[in-house]
Amino acid sequence: MPSLPTAKQTPFWRGDRLFRLLVGACALLVLLSLGGLVLTMALGGAHAFRVFGPEFVISNIWNPVADQYGALAPVFGTLASTLIAVLIAVPLAFGAAFWLTAIAPPMVAEIVGTAVQLLAAVPSIIFGMWGFFIIVPFMARHVQPFLRHNFGHTPGVRWLVHGAPFGYGLLTGGLVLAVMITPFITAVMRDVFRVMPTMLRESAYGLGATRWEVMRQVVVPWARAGMIGGVVLGMGRALGETMAVTFVIGNANTIGWSLFAPRNTVASLVALEFPESPAGSLKLSSLLALGFILMLLSFATLAVARWLLREKHS
Amino acid sequence: MMDKAATVFGAATTGILVLVLASILGTLLWNGVAGLSIAALIYPMGPPGSNGGLANAILGSIIQTAMALLIGTPIGLGCGIYLSEFGRGSRFASAVRFVSDVLLSAPSILIGLFVYLVLVAPFGHFSGFAGSVALAILAVPIIVRTTEDMLRLVPVAMREAGSALGAPQWRVVLFLCLRSAAPGVLTGILLALARVSGETAPLLFTSLGNQNWSFSLDKPMASLPIAIYQYAGASYDDWVRLAWTGALLVTLGVLSINIIVRFGFRRTQS
Repeated sequence: MPSLPTAKQTPFWRGDRLFRLLVGACALLVLLSLGGLVLTMALGGAHAFRVFGPEFVISNIWNPVADQYGALAPVFGTLASTLIAVLIAVPLAFGAAFWLTAIAPPMVAEIVGTAVQLLAAVPSIIFGMWGFFIIVPFMARHVQPFLRHNFGHTPGVRWLVHGAPFGYGLLTGGLVLAVMITPFITAVMRDVFRVMPTMLRESAYGLGATRWEVMRQVVVPWARAGMIGGVVLGMGRALGETMAVTFVIGNANTIGWSLFAPRNTVASLVALEFPESPAGSLKLSSLLALGFILMLLSFATLAVARWLLREKHS
Repeated sequence: MMDKAATVFGAATTGILVLVLASILGTLLWNGVAGLSIAALIYPMGPPGSNGGLANAILGSIIQTAMALLIGTPIGLGCGIYLSEFGRGSRFASAVRFVSDVLLSAPSILIGLFVYLVLVAPFGHFSGFAGSVALAILAVPIIVRTTEDMLRLVPVAMREAGSALGAPQWRVVLFLCLRSAAPGVLTGILLALARVSGETAPLLFTSLGNQNWSFSLDKPMASLPIAIYQYAGASYDDWVRLAWTGALLVTLGVLSINIIVRFGFRRTQS
């Protein structure tokens, strides 16, 4: 009886095993790289956490001469600039996504949509340069004097527009970040709106609803989780953005109400001060501890975004 | 009434976005073309007023992104293959998938810090290799995502046909599935290339930048984004002009890759 070659006799059996091992190793490597990222950041920052204790997070001092470091000012700057960016970006992104999916003629929507997606691919240093050479002078000459003139004495907002109009500062940083994340949020919202079953939309139109009513009462409630997910993803980008912010935020380690005063963010502080931090110093460790805090912030936003985006689309 | 207002609002916001895009590309072209010259493309960077160019930065960028893809592509492909072929439902696979997603949106400056601690601090000097590794870590998650997605689109019938002919699994995956998913996978690699070639933050602490010709991966290496960063804030006119030229080159590179991906592969994807 002629024997059929079985899988076990062929050398290929080993090939499959090896293949599985190889691709599994690649997967393990990806897992390890994040593990390494978290671990090195935590170990590197441990020195600062040990020296300053929990006070590191709430202290506002950054004084390399006295070797005193605290995270409050850069964390404040990071959160404040991100908040400003999101406040500006969300209405813009929503309006554009609404127009592109419900109103624009298909040809135009296609072209503009592609252009917006291309804007999302532009490297962040370009946004930084554009902010530095175009937006900063514009803010200094027009926007800041205008705001100061008109709201400088209004109770409540007075403190926000306080300060010399240098052009740099939180507001400028937030604005440039907004420009950076708007295309991204627009693209996500547009995708979320588009995967909505056409029937739902059409039955609302059939009942005589206007485009805006369909948007508000059918599309938005249906797509809410996905929309917020997109916004949170954009927020995550703004939190960790370095180059676009470093150029325009002014880089001063302070906290305050003024939107015009120079501030810094975790990422911009790390980018600027890292080269002047000798290995093994407390300063370097403090910067790594800041990196660790930034990582926690960005993990948290990503986890929220994933959770929100998953709900409807899985 | 509300409908009218909403229409106007939508059109206005889209208009603002388009204006901003035009403003960015306009300033880039206006300022970048002015400094674009043969000298900028063939001379290395130099002190202000010395007719320096960007050639060493361009070369450094090409070397580092190429190295990054060389390191990142096999790892990304392997991980993507693992996730689509072996990792259904396993805990390990979903952990890897999650980690890859986290890496995809992790702040790039943190990846620079990480690579500094692992590959720069222990050796005592900045290096082009460290820069390439940092860029590779940024490229891998993009390649993983697209590879997995594209392999999943390959019909089961094709795998079964391969197996029925007696081919072992690795041949089926590499020579049937991966080949039929090739355009999509290539898209992912190109997108990764576009993403990493403009990155600045991770290079600040890894390859540092270099004013001179730099070929050795063991030494600090120049790159266009770092050159832009150094020159844009300088108070010398010729440096600022070169920064704009560099910015134009980087943006044109990144956008043309994206456009090629979008239009070149459209037919094969639909």
